[in-house]
Amino acid sequence: MPIWLGYISVGFAYGVLAQKAGLSMLTAILMSVIVYAGSAQLIAVGLFAAGASAASIILTTFVVNLRHLLMSAAVSPHLKEWTKPQLVAFAFELTDETFVLHSSRFVTGDPLKTETFAINISSQCSWILGTWLGFAVGQVIMDVRLFALDYALPAMFIALLVLQIRDRVQVVVAILSGLLAVGLVLLGVGQWTAIIATISGATIGMVLEQWIKR
Amino acid sequence: MDQKVVVVTLLGMAVVTYVPRLLPLWVLSSRTLPPPVVTWLRYVPVAVLAAMLFPSLVVSDQHLNLSIGNIFLWGAIPAFLMAWKTRSLFGAVAAGMLTVAVFRLMGAA
Repeated sequence: MPIWLGYISVGFAYGVLAQKAGLSMLTAILMSVIVYAGSAQLIAVGLFAAGASAASIILTTFVVNLRHLLMSAAVSPHLKEWTKPQLVAFAFELTDETFVLHSSRFVTGDPLKTETFAINISSQCSWILGTWLGFAVGQVIMDVRLFALDYALPAMFIALLVLQIRDRVQVVVAILSGLLAVGLVLLGVGQWTAIIATISGATIGMVLEQWIKR
Repeated sequence: MDQKVVVVTLLGMAVVTYVPRLLPLWVLSSRTLPPPVVTWLRYVPVAVLAAMLFPSLVVSDQHLNLSIGNIFLWGAIPAFLMAWKTRSLFGAVAAGMLTVAVFRLMGAA
């Protein structure tokens, strides 16, 4: 599964940055175990490094991760047969990457629980492994940029986006929400950007689809 | 850094991350959603990925960077082509990272 390699490399980048920010090996790994959210963890170590308060780090994490509300809602129609404890376990490991992977698996048929959990657990294990490796190497190397580790996340988003797109409406939605997000960031909207752009993009997609059907 | 403060912060982060992940699944999976809502939800993956991706490629420090020296944009080309032609997630990530690393070694940025 290529998602593991993606997670090891992004987790590695996080591990290096966590070490530079002054977290201990234990707390760096703890974050990957109990929070487990790629972009939020990278932002959080930046805030730790800048000496931000606990409250501001938690609030930023909340806003950055609010987009999972939409993802959780989006997979919900496929998981009607699942028990509550299974949903509780599934939700804990719902990330951008596993979400996209599962959405494409779920549309093709009945979601196999064992396979779904195998993907989730192995993905988080690669994330934790990457964290540990990154922290260890961070004690030795100076500059993360040299290894293009900061490009692991954008590259993974590109690949997931391409693999996700099946029709023209999706292309339009991707381009419009992407451009809107750029505009919002430039306007200084900050952490709310992903949520606003996603809601707008999905709404455009829905409207376009209804309009084409008529 | 005081690691006790870090642990308390992490616990807070874990809670605010987990609740939005669980809540919709918990509430919605037991009921049938109206068709337009289901359609809307199908566009969420593409929209959210694009919303995360585009700014990471063309915005740095709140400024639009569409210059020829933007190596993140150059890296997007092989990553895109690799994903499109081979459907390989790892191939695309590797191609993108390799391109960015090579550009940096050549001193582009």
